[in-house]
Amino acid sequence: MNQPQILITSAREDLRTEPRIIRVVLIAMAVTFLTVFVVLPLVVVFAQAFSKGVFAYFSALSDPEALSAIKLTLMVAAISVGLNLVFGVIAAWAIAKFDFRGKTFLISLIDLPFSVSPVISGLVFVLLFGAQGFWGPWLQANDVHILFAVPGIALATIFVTFPFVARALIPLMQEQGTQEEEAAISLGASGLQTFFRVTLPNIKWGVLYGVLLCNARAMGEFGAVSVVSGHIRGETNTMPLLVEILYNEYQFVAAFAIASLLAMLALITLVAKTILERHLDEGQLPGD
Amino acid sequence: MIEVKNIVKKFGAFAALDHVDLKVANGELVALLGPSGSGKTTLLRIIAGLDWPDAGEVSIDGENALAHGASERHVGFVFQHYALFRHMTVFENVAFGLRVQPRAVRKDEAAIRARVKELLDLVQLDWLSSRYPSQLSGGQRQRIALARALAIEPRILLLDEPFGALDAKVRKELRQWLRSLHHEINVTSIFVTHDQEEALEVANRVVVMDKGRIVQIGTPGDVYDNPATAFVHSFIGESIVLPVEVRDGCVELGGKPLNISADGVTSGASKLFVRRHDMAVGPAGSGAFEGAVRHVRTFGPIQRAEVALSAGEGTTVIEIDAPRDRELQPGDIVSLHPRRYRIFAGQD
Amino acid sequence: MSNGGAGRHSSLPGFGLTMGLTLTWLSVIILIPLAGLFLKSFELSLDQFWGILTSRRTLSALKISFGLAFAAAIVNLVMGMIIVWALVRYRFPGRRLFDAIVDILFALPTAVAGVALTSLFAQKGWLGAPLAELGIKVAFTPLGIFVAMIFIGIPFVVRTVQPVLIDLDAEIEEAAASLGANRWHTVSKVILPSLVPALLTGFALAFARAVGEYGSVIFIAGNLPNVSEIAPLLIVIRLSEFRYADATAIAVVMLVASFLIIFAVNRLQRWAQTRIPAHWRLIK
Ligand SMILES: Nc1ncnc2c1ncn2[C@@H]1O[C@H](COP(=O)(O)OP(=O)(O)OP(=O)(O)O)[C@@H](O)[C@H]1O
Ligand SMILES: [Mg+2]
Repeated sequence: MNQPQILITSAREDLRTEPRIIRVVLIAMAVTFLTVFVVLPLVVVFAQAFSKGVFAYFSALSDPEALSAIKLTLMVAAISVGLNLVFGVIAAWAIAKFDFRGKTFLISLIDLPFSVSPVISGLVFVLLFGAQGFWGPWLQANDVHILFAVPGIALATIFVTFPFVARALIPLMQEQGTQEEEAAISLGASGLQTFFRVTLPNIKWGVLYGVLLCNARAMGEFGAVSVVSGHIRGETNTMPLLVEILYNEYQFVAAFAIASLLAMLALITLVAKTILERHLDEGQLPGD
Repeated sequence: MIEVKNIVKKFGAFAALDHVDLKVANGELVALLGPSGSGKTTLLRIIAGLDWPDAGEVSIDGENALAHGASERHVGFVFQHYALFRHMTVFENVAFGLRVQPRAVRKDEAAIRARVKELLDLVQLDWLSSRYPSQLSGGQRQRIALARALAIEPRILLLDEPFGALDAKVRKELRQWLRSLHHEINVTSIFVTHDQEEALEVANRVVVMDKGRIVQIGTPGDVYDNPATAFVHSFIGESIVLPVEVRDGCVELGGKPLNISADGVTSGASKLFVRRHDMAVGPAGSGAFEGAVRHVRTFGPIQRAEVALSAGEGTTVIEIDAPRDRELQPGDIVSLHPRRYRIFAGQD
Repeated sequence: MSNGGAGRHSSLPGFGLTMGLTLTWLSVIILIPLAGLFLKSFELSLDQFWGILTSRRTLSALKISFGLAFAAAIVNLVMGMIIVWALVRYRFPGRRLFDAIVDILFALPTAVAGVALTSLFAQKGWLGAPLAELGIKVAFTPLGIFVAMIFIGIPFVVRTVQPVLIDLDAEIEEAAASLGANRWHTVSKVILPSLVPALLTGFALAFARAVGEYGSVIFIAGNLPNVSEIAPLLIVIRLSEFRYADATAIAVVMLVASFLIIFAVNRLQRWAQTRIPAHWRLIK
């Protein structure tokens, strides 16, 4: 910024700001609020987790029950992120690259899980697969376990994380248009070649962004999973569920140790998201 | 050879192409000329297979093109906004069409490199091969887009407003370059433009489109000298347009007979078209129109004069281009006579 | 334009296939399960349905969920506006950090938030202890639910209003000031009205989220029937008692409510799109 502009800016600031006392009060309110509601909860998680020392922390994490919860969480996240990635990209291709009637409606259907209470997201699968559900008797007769087993947990998680990838990609792909794909097709590329060589490189940061948010939610989902899991110890407890169980048993160090892992997941997600957003902004510079 | 028969393309109820017929012979360079929205891009996209007609036929070298998708037509397409792959270098952009060929016919890496180098030399941009599209100027992007389209050795080349996004000076340079390039590689080409000067200068043949129809096809000279319709006359080259009335074979302007033949029009309100340089200036009383010179500017070999015609009620001011053999002065009363002119029936 | 949706009419391949897969996946994961919920609710007679909803416990749970969520959304509206204003308009140490951590609230698993808030506001907690001395009990009371709902709602207001305030044209304020408006008038008559659509959207999103929230609330709530029991928890309890009908009826009411909120948000956004640019056009 050069000299004259600074002058203009400061004149502008004068005109556009409040008396000092009001500024100080507003900043204090904002900072206090964010400290109470964001900083302190984060700090308290780690403080509690380490309240009995580092040894207690790590022995809580290496408990077989904890390990099985971590394993289950990773597995469910891998399944649901993987499937939602594939279908999210497919849906984004159909929606962003073609014109058809009812597009807005389709997008709002994809958004639906965002507005459904997590408990209801679990409930719908209980109604389908539970003992008194639509297909419950048949499943029982054929000895197929969906509810209170991994498939049910995965289904509920897929439901809850359904929109993330598609929603990250649709605006990006719409903005990029179809020109480069048309050029590739007219140069003799097949549909798949066009997608993998032209479309995918252009949306890779968007894909990562969607996967990141999808994964954070998949690993952290509580309500929906809680309804379908059955809380079988060492078998169907994901990390958030284990936090609940341990907390209710007053095993605070163990509960907060698991919670601290999830909090770290949130922090890492946040940092990665910030980096990705920078890449996405750059991608939108005139690269034509 | 490209043959387009009776193509209809509708967007909803709106006909973007309305029964279009066109034949382009091998080795021709044809300009598709028309105002914005006349259907030029749509026609090009249909030939390339990027859009599908609602009715009609397209054949390339005698083969039904509509049986194939864009990727199988071997049509080189240069997009108006280039559509370069932004994440690939210039080299990879040009190599793309060679790399995506089926394994059976794909060239090996060395051959691909040689071919790309050859093409970059052809468009004189070899030194840019490791840059990304965002690091190129508009004219350079344009030429890379062309090299990329040529890489697949297309049977025909389609260019959609190849110079549309460039400034006037670069446009002029590239025009000549395109013509000599075409001379060199001699691939059947259609290029779209709405710049009539560009069309007349570059093409062997000009196709004029209006409102989804082809209104005239001819050599540049033909189209300029013998426009088929009032639209073509006013769209190509500048013209003096006068509203006239034809009565029993007599042409009248503002109720005054003009003493010129009616050019086949029998009766009714019509329009008289004259090129500015086709108005001959003579002494008062000798021509079809009388008028008073209002203003004269001279540049180069011509003088441009504003003449107020005294025809019936009110006056009409026209601009004519006269040679400088006889200097005109403001205030002169002159007689004007159209050496060549056209009369088209109808007032619009 | 693919007439009638046939991929043949578009230049790019794969429309039929990708659309087919999308619709299939959408049906299997979202539509069929949700339809199942409504189908289940049709098994109930109207009387039964009404009976469940008007039973004291259900009614209390719905009142608590909707009432407290509404109150929390109002707090979020005010505090969100203050936070956005401070983050966008003022420079202070740690501003960028505070800006970044608002997103933590989106990313932090709700169970973690739940246990953290509870231990913070418990009688011996860092904030609970001083509050207890003032005679205020937060954890295991409806007040705790309120606090948790504020927690999960605040980022929605901040992140919907922030971009709008950033984009707000400086010239609007300068024009107002140059016309002799004092600062208060400029803010209340010029700036706040431009933010109204975004504020309402943020409010609605925060409200919708708080109504359905489960994880961050149940730890701190106390879960006393009729006092501090939220509707989602009641659904879980009914399920564990195998009273599917009761669970379904409550779920249907909540689902319809959230659809209505989403519909309102969509309308709001359309309104904002048509309204705000027009407003700017006048100024520019
Ligand atoms: N996908 C589409 N949907 C609806 N209408 C379209 C579509 N594509 C083109 N049109 C319409 O068809 C008509 C012809 O369009 P086209 O792009 O062929 O014009 P053009 O001659 O290339 O114009 P320009 O010189 O501005 O590029 C226009 O009126 C345009 O609005
Ligand atoms: Mg065009």
